[in-house]
Amino acid sequence: MSADTEEHGADAPGGDAGGANGAGGAPVSPRALARRRRAEALRRFAREYTRNRAGLVGLLALSAIVLLALFAPLLVDQAELTVTGAPGAAYEPPSAEFPLGTDNFGRSVLDLIIWGSRVSLTVGFLATVVSVVLGTLVGVTAGHFGASGGPAGRVVSSVLMRVTDWFLVLPTLVLAVALAAVLPRGTGTIIIAIGLTVWPATARLVRAQTLAVEARPFVERARALGGGHTHVMAWHVLPNVMPVVLAQTTLLVATSIIAESTLAFLGVGDPTTISWGGILEAARTAGAISSGIWWYMIPPGLAIAAVALSFTLCGRALESVINPRLREQR
Amino acid sequence: MTSLLDVRELHVTYRAGHGEVPAVRGVDLSLDPGGTLGLAGESGSGKSTVALALLRLLPESARIGGQVLLEGENVLDMRWGRLRAVRWVGAAIVFQGAMHSLNPVKRIGDQIAEPMAIHGTVPANRIPGRVAELLGQVGLPASRTRDYPHQLSGGQRQRVMIAMALACEPRLVIADEATTALDVMIQAQILALLKRLVAEQGIGMLMISHDLSVLAATCDRVAVMYAGRVVEQGPAREVVHEPAHPYASALSAAFPRIGDPASRLAPRGLPGDPPDPADPPPGCVFRPRCAVAETVCATVDPPLWPVDPDPAGNSARHAACVHVGPARPLTTARDGGTP
Amino acid sequence: MSTTETDPRDAPRASGGGEAPEPILSARGVEVAFAAGFAPGGGKGTARAVDGVNLDVSAGEIVALVGESGCGKTTLARVLLGLERPTGGVVVFEGRPMRYGSRDLRAYRRRVQLVQQDPTGSLNPRRTVYESVAEGLRIHEGTTADEAERVAGALSGAGLRPPERFLARYPHELSGGQRQRVVIAGALVLDPEVLVADEPVASLDASVRGEILRLLLDLRDELGLSALVATHDLGLAWNIADRVAVMYLGRVVELGTVEEVLAAPAHPYTRALLSVLPDAGEGEPVVLAGEPPDPKQVPPGCRFHPRCPVLASGEAERAGVADLCRTVDPAVLGGGAERRVACHWAAADGTGRVRAEAGGAG
Repeated sequence: MSADTEEHGADAPGGDAGGANGAGGAPVSPRALARRRRAEALRRFAREYTRNRAGLVGLLALSAIVLLALFAPLLVDQAELTVTGAPGAAYEPPSAEFPLGTDNFGRSVLDLIIWGSRVSLTVGFLATVVSVVLGTLVGVTAGHFGASGGPAGRVVSSVLMRVTDWFLVLPTLVLAVALAAVLPRGTGTIIIAIGLTVWPATARLVRAQTLAVEARPFVERARALGGGHTHVMAWHVLPNVMPVVLAQTTLLVATSIIAESTLAFLGVGDPTTISWGGILEAARTAGAISSGIWWYMIPPGLAIAAVALSFTLCGRALESVINPRLREQR
Repeated sequence: MTSLLDVRELHVTYRAGHGEVPAVRGVDLSLDPGGTLGLAGESGSGKSTVALALLRLLPESARIGGQVLLEGENVLDMRWGRLRAVRWVGAAIVFQGAMHSLNPVKRIGDQIAEPMAIHGTVPANRIPGRVAELLGQVGLPASRTRDYPHQLSGGQRQRVMIAMALACEPRLVIADEATTALDVMIQAQILALLKRLVAEQGIGMLMISHDLSVLAATCDRVAVMYAGRVVEQGPAREVVHEPAHPYASALSAAFPRIGDPASRLAPRGLPGDPPDPADPPPGCVFRPRCAVAETVCATVDPPLWPVDPDPAGNSARHAACVHVGPARPLTTARDGGTP
Repeated sequence: MSTTETDPRDAPRASGGGEAPEPILSARGVEVAFAAGFAPGGGKGTARAVDGVNLDVSAGEIVALVGESGCGKTTLARVLLGLERPTGGVVVFEGRPMRYGSRDLRAYRRRVQLVQQDPTGSLNPRRTVYESVAEGLRIHEGTTADEAERVAGALSGAGLRPPERFLARYPHELSGGQRQRVVIAGALVLDPEVLVADEPVASLDASVRGEILRLLLDLRDELGLSALVATHDLGLAWNIADRVAVMYLGRVVELGTVEEVLAAPAHPYTRALLSVLPDAGEGEPVVLAGEPPDPKQVPPGCRFHPRCPVLASGEAERAGVADLCRTVDPAVLGGGAERRVACHWAAADGTGRVRAEAGGAG
């Protein structure tokens, strides 16, 4: 039973690595069978996941937010988001027309938040992708060569880990601010600045997991079969660290969205785009706090918190499904 | 003389995802004071479940039926307080894998003292002396008291486990694969130690192992389990050397006697796998793997019959196979063969 | 896949007196020393895990490497697979010393395959049976047109029939014996010449054990496969091996055919090992006191002398070799198919039964 549940998280990410160069004349049957088994595993995984109530709530909230961001152009008239096309007067309190009131230019705060979700989510996702890819690469490489690369490999591994440690102890925010200040302004810069600063934690985690996988006999068997470093890393290590990476990813998205908001709030972001952090910053400079205009200040903050919370809930749920031991403790 | 341990119609069923999985299906065992009983079987045969059921150490998902009489008292009906007293004092278990059963951050002397302190069997001021005495009994110098488990070798840790089990002078010791992970030489040391302790202190021992040859060398009587049932039971030498049940004979042949020409370059095993406990085959559960199965075996699930009974119908040995006991005439008509 | 012309079982025995056949895989004076850091229960120092071993495996021969844990048998197996580089001596495969370039190792590993102790751990839990068996093929040939056929062939060769039933399964859905068959199929798919197996049945159930051993025997008989099996189980050697090498503390101390070594052991250590088997029958068991020794502190003289029952009982004294035992290290045993034993006492026995190589100090 326990061995069985351990498999659940397995096949979503590493699914088709085996079929990479399968264009040859290999008959369909074993591969088709394997595919069917993977679909089955995925269904089982989904079933386990839906049993986790918090995870389900997080997933539903997240889907709603993503749908909102995707369909924002249909819900919000972009012309009304410009300073000149603002539909209302400045600082109108919440009303039927503007459910969350208006800002200092008379724009609907609700519209701003809906539109701002696009940038916040995009930055959150892309920065996470950058940092997870970087962290996984560094972590797997360091772990693999540290475990089975001989003396030279251990040097490579130590160097990589010292670099990681260096990034880890640097204050993330200061580094991101510095990067954002040096690089040309724009959403891309923010993504890179965040991506480059949050990867070390992933690298550490993935390295630890890699070391655990490397110690298992099937890695030795692969080496005895003649498999090289690439084979071991791609065929054995990666599919086995993927579940952890996946869970880490969802948690990182929350971190990245908060980082983006912080950068925007500090005024390092791109002033021409609307993001949640940007709205907060605008509210602060407009003196919303001192003048008691709560509808300008609180909703974007809540939006950030809601998204971060949903991602964290999903991440925790994924973790507990993937790692049955965690589930038992709850 | 009343038996030290009397297990009657023991049933254990685990609740699993979709239904119930029977792990032990009606096991009867009995052990006299100072006697040694071996319980043999492979993984999934239910032998370890029996061991845990004896002291009610099973997880909550297990339902236990039948009776476990320890000196006439049913362990399965006991209240918690009584049960706690019975564990260690009445009966103690030595598990496999001593590395995991010892607390890595506590000195071994303190760990041996722990059951005595908990049960108050020895006055506090005499505990250190008793610990030294116990270490001596298991062949470790008293100077080891202040060592941590990682400072000991595997064999020494197993000795510490035995010392812990003996701490409260139990009447019954259950050794669950106590020598399985050890080297032959260390295994021989531990087996010799257990044998000596049983003889000196008149303890009853239930020894559980997958290795029939170990049981044959250590125990008076052996019971062989398959798929939750005892399929053969009797004096150790007879069961191991002239097994009546085909499964017992396969198990016995799996560990060759060196020098026996019959097993030279001829390893013997059993084809197939043990049955799925949730869905056992009809009739005799061993039939799918049995080399001497007959048509009746698909329908008859034989109980334990006496093997070669005397005229009064008594026998020291029992086996659950249609080839022994009163069912024999049924089958001999066709091929005239017993295994 | 070809069958050998002669019955391979005769090979080692036929060679006993005359010209020895060219061994396919041998260890020549192999030494492995580890810089031991903080080993449990021990101090710092150099652990001499393998301390000078000569061992030959001929074509179609099964050699059992027997010893207790920590005697160096697993390290020696890893050296023979090229997973560990010896710090001294060489591994010779088909008459040529092994080279450790990555290309050479790859070519070598096609022909010499590993079977590990724990079949559960040696299969990647996230790969199907098909993928695990095809792994070696893909490493060496990429995805070939006949891959599925060869995988199915290897699976039925390893006794998983019909193979279609197993292709899409995951390891956790198989029994222990089936998993070990998958591992063996993964080795067979490359048509190797030699199998190196480290405790291939130690973690399997008793009834399955015989089936897996029979498979190894069948592979030898049908495919002419050679095998080196490292094990602590003397019964396994009796069941399938042609020759046995008994290892103690990094050295082979007794070598010969199974009948010679197990039916008439000459080295006191081999005798003790045999005497403590639960089924040993006649004679008092000679239970050696104490723990298996520490490869970081190899005793001077004969490495077995501190635990040697022959020395302790004074028998060595009577034979006049007690001083030799305490001070002179018996010479490293040569390889080949001959009977050899590293013991001063056995050398002085004078019956001429064994050729003991105890003379020179090492």
